[in-house]
Amino acid sequence: MAKTLFDKLWDAHVVTDLGDNNALLYVDRVFIHERTGSVALKSLQESGRTVRFPAHVFGTMDHIVDTLDGRGDSTLMPSGEDFIKAMREGCRWAGIKLFDVNDADQGIVHVISPEQGIVLPGLSLVCPDSHTCSQGAFGALAWGIGSTEAEHALATSTLRVTKPKQMRITVNGVLPDGLTAKDVILHIIGELGAAGGSGHAIEFCGPVIEAMDMEARMTLCNMGVELSAFTAVIAPDETAISFLEGKPYAPKGDAWDEAKSLWSSLRSDGNAIFDRDVIIDVSHLSETVTWGTSPEHAVEIGGLVPTADNTGCSVNHESISKALDYIGLESGIPIAGVPIDGAFIGSCTNGRLSDLRRAAAVLKGRHVAKGVKAICVPGSMKVKAEAEAEGLDQVFKDAGFEWRLPGCSMCFYAGGESFGTRERVISTTNRNFENRQGPKTRTHLASPATVAASAIKGCISSFHDLEDGMLDRKVAGGVG
Amino acid sequence: MTARSPGALANVEKFSVITAIAAPLMRVNIDTDIIIPSREMKRVSKKGLSNGLFAGWRYTDIDERVANPEFVLNHAAYLGTQIIIAGENFGCGSSREHAVWALVEYGIRAVIAPSFSAIFHSNCIQNGVLPVTLPADEVAALAKLAVGGSSGIFTIDLLAQHIIDPAGRTHTFEISPNHRQTLLDGLDPIDRTLTLKASIEDFEQNHYDGNTWAKLSENQP
Ligand code: SF4
Repeated sequence: MAKTLFDKLWDAHVVTDLGDNNALLYVDRVFIHERTGSVALKSLQESGRTVRFPAHVFGTMDHIVDTLDGRGDSTLMPSGEDFIKAMREGCRWAGIKLFDVNDADQGIVHVISPEQGIVLPGLSLVCPDSHTCSQGAFGALAWGIGSTEAEHALATSTLRVTKPKQMRITVNGVLPDGLTAKDVILHIIGELGAAGGSGHAIEFCGPVIEAMDMEARMTLCNMGVELSAFTAVIAPDETAISFLEGKPYAPKGDAWDEAKSLWSSLRSDGNAIFDRDVIIDVSHLSETVTWGTSPEHAVEIGGLVPTADNTGCSVNHESISKALDYIGLESGIPIAGVPIDGAFIGSCTNGRLSDLRRAAAVLKGRHVAKGVKAICVPGSMKVKAEAEAEGLDQVFKDAGFEWRLPGCSMCFYAGGESFGTRERVISTTNRNFENRQGPKTRTHLASPATVAASAIKGCISSFHDLEDGMLDRKVAGGVG
Repeated sequence: MTARSPGALANVEKFSVITAIAAPLMRVNIDTDIIIPSREMKRVSKKGLSNGLFAGWRYTDIDERVANPEFVLNHAAYLGTQIIIAGENFGCGSSREHAVWALVEYGIRAVIAPSFSAIFHSNCIQNGVLPVTLPADEVAALAKLAVGGSSGIFTIDLLAQHIIDPAGRTHTFEISPNHRQTLLDGLDPIDRTLTLKASIEDFEQNHYDGNTWAKLSENQP
């Protein structure tokens, strides 16, 4: 029978069929971070259990760790230090490789896992973090779990999983210059809704995906969970394989050749059937941002903040008015031109080198508007070092951005630093939920170039609005 | 290492039948940041979370814990609520299991909604909370009956797979037999899986014999 890529990944990891669509799946890699991993390790230790296969488990400090210069274990989050210390002790106890606070390879889990070649096509990988789906971009079966499931994976190298349905999203057309994977995924979530992928594993395919580099594909898969999908995958191709070649934990020599020949078979059979097929054409897409408190509240930059009554459903109606209330916008106004107080560039969605390059291309020779607090947080130490080698840090600093140490930072509010109450922030992150970036902070999601342009204008803006034509300055850098 | 009682998760209550007040929270996409804001997860612990449950909605002043009179769980009629009725995609967003731990600590045993996020759903099963999926119109009808107090009592019977609403009507629901059994038994899934140790070892041997590239022998590159 014809199989999808997801079927192949699934079947290759079934230890035992548990009946009624459930299976005990083998887990090749577990990644943990200090925020949820620390709890899992502690609980495992307290219950008298051990980590079964420590060489296949990795840890990082990303969520709570400070991003200010000269950082140590103490953070702005009260009790944050406890998580960091517990994580370090737990990793030492279990014999787990930890990318510690000031390690040269430290960074956000979904950024460093590919950088290190820890995620590989054909592997199964879990992490107690919902954005683990980012790593599906490599053709791995990678999904987010809870802490108790993390304990289960650590103790048994397996998980009990219900097989999701499958959905194929084919992205056709040619992405207009300057647009990126972020605009594509915000558009898709806007079209399908935040529950649009519920109960499904998504495969992204089509010419637009094939033309994307790996960083763009990760941005796309990253937000698969914002569709409420089980995970997202993309078939590994030359682009994925050459990205991984030579990475520290990637196979070498004969093992690399063996792997490569297997990986080339990791694609959906031509006649494979999906439970749901979605086809999207992005040829006429424009920059996309969010207006509300769910990623599905997406609108093109030339569009209007919706009115509550233009959906037929009473539940959505109430949610739209509540969202407008929280975000502090009038329905019917243009989204472009809404004044902002903050701009944030970073996160596992858009904190990689190509993201920083795109933002820097917009910022070069310009300065952020008065009163805008602008922050750039590279996704990893490696990204930071590479950006600095290209002089991007100077571009950000000259433009009035803070240039931080790697971590999740203000992608979410850990209880320490925030942009402030009712402050309006345009952000390259993935969630615009109520209080996500701080108590009562208002978040608008966008691509790095749109965030940079908005920071300069002091209001939500297209990079086309900047006086001397951004495209001439090669913001775009091709599809991405 | 502390001693562990094998066979049962320390804090997981078996689920069979509950009869309790249900509270309506009829918004779509209630995410886990709303259920338990990050700042409320102060300790490396699964405990001490119920005060932070729905903190952004529940309090007008979060620091001072000033109750918001508008929020349903703050109404006297909903004291002792064990069931939440919500809009679609409940528990979306962050994978934080703290959302379920906070619900459990507060006393919630079941959530009824048209759909759940996958991770939240699985976290519920791990912690003895029953996620009931019903069509949106049926959920909306149940929410209308969730008036609190003695007139708003629901019964959820997991063995029979049905809900009896305050008007006495019965609503059957589907649940995967695996999930149902886990909830009925309150068994620790790790212990259950460890009984399959031999199969895991066999699988692993074959898996890495066939894919030598996939195995790391130590955690250094
Ligand atoms: S950057 Fe944000 S979304 Fe990504 S792992 Fe960190 S907190 Fe989660």
